Amino acid sequence: MYVAVKGGERAIDNAHRLLAHARRGDPAVPEVAPAQIREQLTLAVDRVMTEGSLYDRDLAAIAIKQARGDLVEAAFLVRAFRSTLPRFGASEPVDTAAMQVARRVSATFKDIPGGQVLGPTFDYTHRLVDFLLEAGADVPEPARAPADETAMPRVTDLLGHDDLIERNPPGDPDAPVPDLTREPLDLPAGRDLRLQNLARGDEGFILALGYSTQRGFGRTHPFAGEIRLGEVEVELFSEDLGFAVPLGDITVTECQMVNQFKGSATEPPRFTRGYGLAFGHCERKTMGMALVDRALRAGELGEEVKAPAQDEEFVLMHSDNVQATGFVEHLKLPHYVDFQAELGLIREIAGRQAGDEPLKEAAE
Amino acid sequence: MTVHQTASGYNFAYLDEQTKRMIRRAILKAIAIPGYQVPFASREMPMPYGWGTGGVQVTAAILGSGDRLKVIDQGADDTTNAVSIRKFFEKTSGVETTTHTADATIIQTRHRIPEKTLTADQVLVYQVPIPEPLRFLEPRETETRVMHALEDYGLMHVKLYEDIATHGHIATTYAYPVKVEDRYVMDPSPTPKFDNPKMNDCAALQLFGAGREKRIYALPPHTKVVSLDFEDHPFEPTKFDHACALCGATHTYLDEVITDDAGGRMFVCSDTDHCEERRAEGHRGELLGEAPAAIAGAAE
Repeated sequence: MYVAVKGGERAIDNAHRLLAHARRGDPAVPEVAPAQIREQLTLAVDRVMTEGSLYDRDLAAIAIKQARGDLVEAAFLVRAFRSTLPRFGASEPVDTAAMQVARRVSATFKDIPGGQVLGPTFDYTHRLVDFLLEAGADVPEPARAPADETAMPRVTDLLGHDDLIERNPPGDPDAPVPDLTREPLDLPAGRDLRLQNLARGDEGFILALGYSTQRGFGRTHPFAGEIRLGEVEVELFSEDLGFAVPLGDITVTECQMVNQFKGSATEPPRFTRGYGLAFGHCERKTMGMALVDRALRAGELGEEVKAPAQDEEFVLMHSDNVQATGFVEHLKLPHYVDFQAELGLIREIAGRQAGDEPLKEAAE
Repeated sequence: MTVHQTASGYNFAYLDEQTKRMIRRAILKAIAIPGYQVPFASREMPMPYGWGTGGVQVTAAILGSGDRLKVIDQGADDTTNAVSIRKFFEKTSGVETTTHTADATIIQTRHRIPEKTLTADQVLVYQVPIPEPLRFLEPRETETRVMHALEDYGLMHVKLYEDIATHGHIATTYAYPVKVEDRYVMDPSPTPKFDNPKMNDCAALQLFGAGREKRIYALPPHTKVVSLDFEDHPFEPTKFDHACALCGATHTYLDEVITDDAGGRMFVCSDTDHCEERRAEGHRGELLGEAPAAIAGAAE
């Protein structure tokens, strides 16, 4: 019965106790430790850090455990923790060209300076359930080779030398960095703000929107110019010292899409860019992000805006899964005051129609 | 009333002082422009969006150690989400809490305005899901902001007119739009239209917080608030054919409670504090003494 929701404090306390019990599962099975999640469910940790907008593998691992593996709930836990942290500055831009690359592939050139590096990827695995994992077999050592000292320039930079792709606008080191988490989203948004939004946006939502552009809803003719995964150094400019000091390394995935562009009245035909960057190893997310980034540039490039992925307000207002899950799930909260008002209205209308039209019913 | 220890590791009322200042600035602007939706940098709170994060942030920003807080949802102090939010402030601020409307200095509410007339030393904080009264007529924020700026409310009047043409009366029963000081059309949050008249000329400060949509708006004390209507179809608050089964009140908003699976039902006050006070004063409804404890509130 719906009145049961007037349960009060004891019901809530008991629900929380039951939740903790359900989280633990069968006590005969060893409890999972956050360190195991951090080391063995790394892609879940990466997603939670990305959508939680906080690079902290240990915190994300605890959140995943606390959330019983619900990654959206885990991202929410990380976000709520994040909002209590003080903000002491913005880092220098990270240089992904100087990345310690663990994986790097290009779909536009067969060979590139620094080579193609497959790295740890599911791409060419056959998706056969590996029952050896059930028993826990020894893992063979990975193949090793001496580190290659060849530089790995970004593919889009190579294209840029020949002026075949649009130039990135020059960075202005003095320009303020907009911060989605500290200011309300104001539309129309600049590309920097849009990319912030997409980076923390729900992986499934971004994926589906990117997919929709491939199927013709805002087609952008993309090529995966380059996807690279590895460690980059984060630096913070210190006012006291007068120079940037390294804070540490983070792992990121970067995707640069190269898209056809047929030119406009003022611009010659050349390739254009779509960009994706996120914490950890998350190619699906960054590729979707790069597709949506390019689609959202339709207005800027003089293309007709007609597909959902090109619609800035639609995309930016609905990408955040912490917001979305909260509002969708708030329908679980009692609404009986409003429902009562609607019940009264429906009864009134039904009553009036029953009273107004007895003859019509009789004639039939 | 009980005083609780503040949770360690967090600032008074959870938010840091920088954030509170930012929210207070938005509140001051909102008070200065009654009915206008002020954007603010809403934070992620430790409860989900859509569950009162806007109201919680407003309350956190105005709460002082001498305040007495009441939290209601659907008019009741013992609904689960009201309990949860009250506990949150007990834990993070240690302020006194109360269920008595008259004793509270701040009342955070979802979907109701208390039956008891509010006073000048009280603040009513509303939790707002969708602050934009025009949202379901025009989904784009960029458009609705222009409409407010130009005071272009034709679309809303057309909607209300179409209601009358279809149903013979305005078919909006909650979140019924109001006009504030003859200027801004405002969403009263999803309160039933029964409560709309209480907003007008109210002695208490009324603050509205929408966390997910990142908006704050306000009605300063004694603001003129008029429910939209037409001369030949004036606004009518909801009326009930029943009296409260517990306290016999005929002037309050009632919840319908299904009592069995054979069509049995009873109507009881949605404002539990008001109902209990009336019973304490000796008012008796038809089913007092017979109603289940979960409804009459005796068992808690």
